[in-house]
Amino acid sequence: MKQSGPLLEVRDLSVVFDTRRGPLTAVDRISFDLSPGEILGVVGESGAGKSLTGTAITGLLERPGRIGGGEIRFEGNRIDNLPPEQMRRLRGRRIGAIFQDPLTSLNPLFTVGRQLVETIQTHLDLGREQARQRALELLAEVGIPAPEKRIDHYPHQFSGGMRQRVVIALALCANPKLVIADEPTTALDVSIQAQILAVLKKLCREHGAAVILVTHDMGVIAETADRVAVMYSGRIAEIGPAAQVVKAPRHPYTEGLMGSIPVIGTGADRLTQIEGSMPRLTDIPAGCAFHPRCPCARADCAAVRPEPRPVGDGKVACVLYDGGGI
Amino acid sequence: MTATSEPLVSMQGLKKHFDVSPPWLNRMLERKPRLHLRAVDGLDLEIPRGTTFSLVGESGCGKSTVARLVVGLYAPTAGSIRFEGTDLTDRPAGDPPAIRRRMQMIFQDPYASLNPRWRVRDIIAEPLKCFGMLPDRASEDREVGRLLELVGMNSQDGEKYPHEFSGGQRQRISIARAISSKPDFLVCDEPTSALDVSVQAQILNLMKELQRELGLTYLFISHDLAVVHFMSDFIGVMYLGRIVETGPARQVFANPQHPYTRLLLDTIPDITMARRDREPVAGEVPNPIDPPPGCAFHPRCPFSDARCRSELPELRNAPSGARTACHAVAEGRLADGPVRAVPSTPAQMPT
Ligand SMILES: Nc1ncnc2c1ncn2[C@@H]1O[C@H](COP(=O)(O)OP(=O)(O)O)[C@@H](O)[C@H]1O
Ligand SMILES: Nc1ncnc2c1ncn2[C@@H]1O[C@H](COP(=O)(O)OP(=O)(O)O)[C@@H](O)[C@H]1O
Ligand code: SF4
Ligand SMILES: [Mg+2]
Ligand SMILES: [Mg+2]
Repeated sequence: MKQSGPLLEVRDLSVVFDTRRGPLTAVDRISFDLSPGEILGVVGESGAGKSLTGTAITGLLERPGRIGGGEIRFEGNRIDNLPPEQMRRLRGRRIGAIFQDPLTSLNPLFTVGRQLVETIQTHLDLGREQARQRALELLAEVGIPAPEKRIDHYPHQFSGGMRQRVVIALALCANPKLVIADEPTTALDVSIQAQILAVLKKLCREHGAAVILVTHDMGVIAETADRVAVMYSGRIAEIGPAAQVVKAPRHPYTEGLMGSIPVIGTGADRLTQIEGSMPRLTDIPAGCAFHPRCPCARADCAAVRPEPRPVGDGKVACVLYDGGGI
Repeated sequence: MTATSEPLVSMQGLKKHFDVSPPWLNRMLERKPRLHLRAVDGLDLEIPRGTTFSLVGESGCGKSTVARLVVGLYAPTAGSIRFEGTDLTDRPAGDPPAIRRRMQMIFQDPYASLNPRWRVRDIIAEPLKCFGMLPDRASEDREVGRLLELVGMNSQDGEKYPHEFSGGQRQRISIARAISSKPDFLVCDEPTSALDVSVQAQILNLMKELQRELGLTYLFISHDLAVVHFMSDFIGVMYLGRIVETGPARQVFANPQHPYTRLLLDTIPDITMARRDREPVAGEVPNPIDPPPGCAFHPRCPFSDARCRSELPELRNAPSGARTACHAVAEGRLADGPVRAVPSTPAQMPT
């Protein structure tokens, strides 16, 4: 385990679906790195390939989906070609997962205490009492009031926000180095959402875990992420420090996306709108996938797919920045 | 809002209580009481013609129930709803068709609200048929084509089925259907909550254009304060079935009075990244079956005192020009600045 290098390296990763009419590419040659302890936000419209990216990293892709190319390295070692059993162990121990619906991660028939204790004992060499003690500590850390009482309750006895706190505790049981959180607050009210994000951020920091935070909500990213990757049609359009991507977006898609968000305090009578909608997998245009909707498109945009180029502290995949940046 | 122009729609003391009691046998054997969930618990509001009135609040506060009461999908437990002064609540045999034609609804889920087996043209033409508005099929076709173009689609799209369209296009179809009977009033329940922000921008822009062109009045429902800010002339902030603050949107946003309004405004994720390390507000919305006594917000409120815990605050004029239901505002003992909610104690947690 080398300390200096990135925790996660994704290189030219593709995810394809085999269909009767041939393979469909849902994630198309994306590359990014994640440093230890870093929070990377992944944003984009629904269907952009955000969840599949997370699923590919956790090794949970299901047929007919498969990794179509590229490499994923975790702590320097390739994990995209691990046998299922080894991947499963890695997933519980080193990589944790949090999904939009807390009920997908919780068993309704068992108390939260039992689920926590079992997960802790699977991954750490602790006795029953010690594991329960650890579970109580975790519940307190994620902000569940009266954990001694709540530990013996069933998932349905918790509100949505409290359940998601339990799921965070479950994901952090074995002190993973990477947590993949897919829309963890989308189903929650704004005031609860803010609480959950704060807990997630604080705990991952304290436990030294890096996070890939998948969301369609720019506000969530702006509040939480260190860096942001903006996905469009299975590709990364722009990646960079959150402040740069949110406040000074370079890619025309990111710019349009930011402009379309209503913001309190501005008096605009019209929101910026990106015409049309993201293409289906079956008709992703040649060249830059965004070109039919892009206000800046040029002739070559329809011909050549732009590769990510360094701009500022990030990278942008757009011909406007192909000449070494502005 | 003065008496110079009569509001298009108004509600007085509107209530909707749901009976959520356990079955009769359990009540008898386990001595469980009848339970009533007070989804809407005394609502007064007025919507001036040609304006947008928005209801905003966290999920479960009763917004959709209000929408359903207004369009007659639910009968109120108490109170009245007036349309141009006509009381809609004593309507034993449903509303007169003339009034039903004039109010329509747009729902949140454009997937569930369009019949998948009907062609788009038939979906849009249904209200036209229902109210017998057009003499023949040819004029119906022309009208459907015109409506499709009005909502930014192609007049040929009428021949297709809903599944051939994206979520945003389906919501355009819902809007075309809603405006086909030439209504004055649209109830829009979270019309963009299921859509991506870029598509939301298209739909909100379209709704504003249509309002201007057709002189529509909207009751707009959303949990998203930024969307409400963009759309509204007037807003009502709801908490557990009641309005806690209402007034011209500009004033409520510029100078929020009620502690709950301030809390909501403070929790919005901030895309300007100015407040990244602020403390999140604490607490959750209590259960509407057994709401806290007095001001329902008191367990989360940093300004609550003995009076708040026992006496229900009424809506009163606040110095900001809005109306607020809060003892602290009325007594002038509210500090300015951000509101830090009281962390929940186990006793207040919803279970
Ligand atoms: N099992 C599947 N079969 C076929 N296509 C799929 C499947 N799962 C996802 N896709 C497609 O892959 C694309 C990316 O999906 P996803 O990663 O879930 O997007 P996001 O999370 O950004 O909304 C979408 O176009 C989606 O329709
Ligand atoms: N048909 C019903 N029967 C029982 N309870 C209901 C019914 N409809 C809504 N409720 C309850 O009424 C309250 C308000 O719901 P709703 O109006 O849907 O809120 P909102 O739209 O603000 O999320 C919630 O507690 C909800 O569970
Ligand atoms: S000060 Fe009292 S009345 Fe006002 S919101 Fe707080 S608890 Fe309610
Ligand atoms: Mg997803
Ligand atoms: Mg609702």
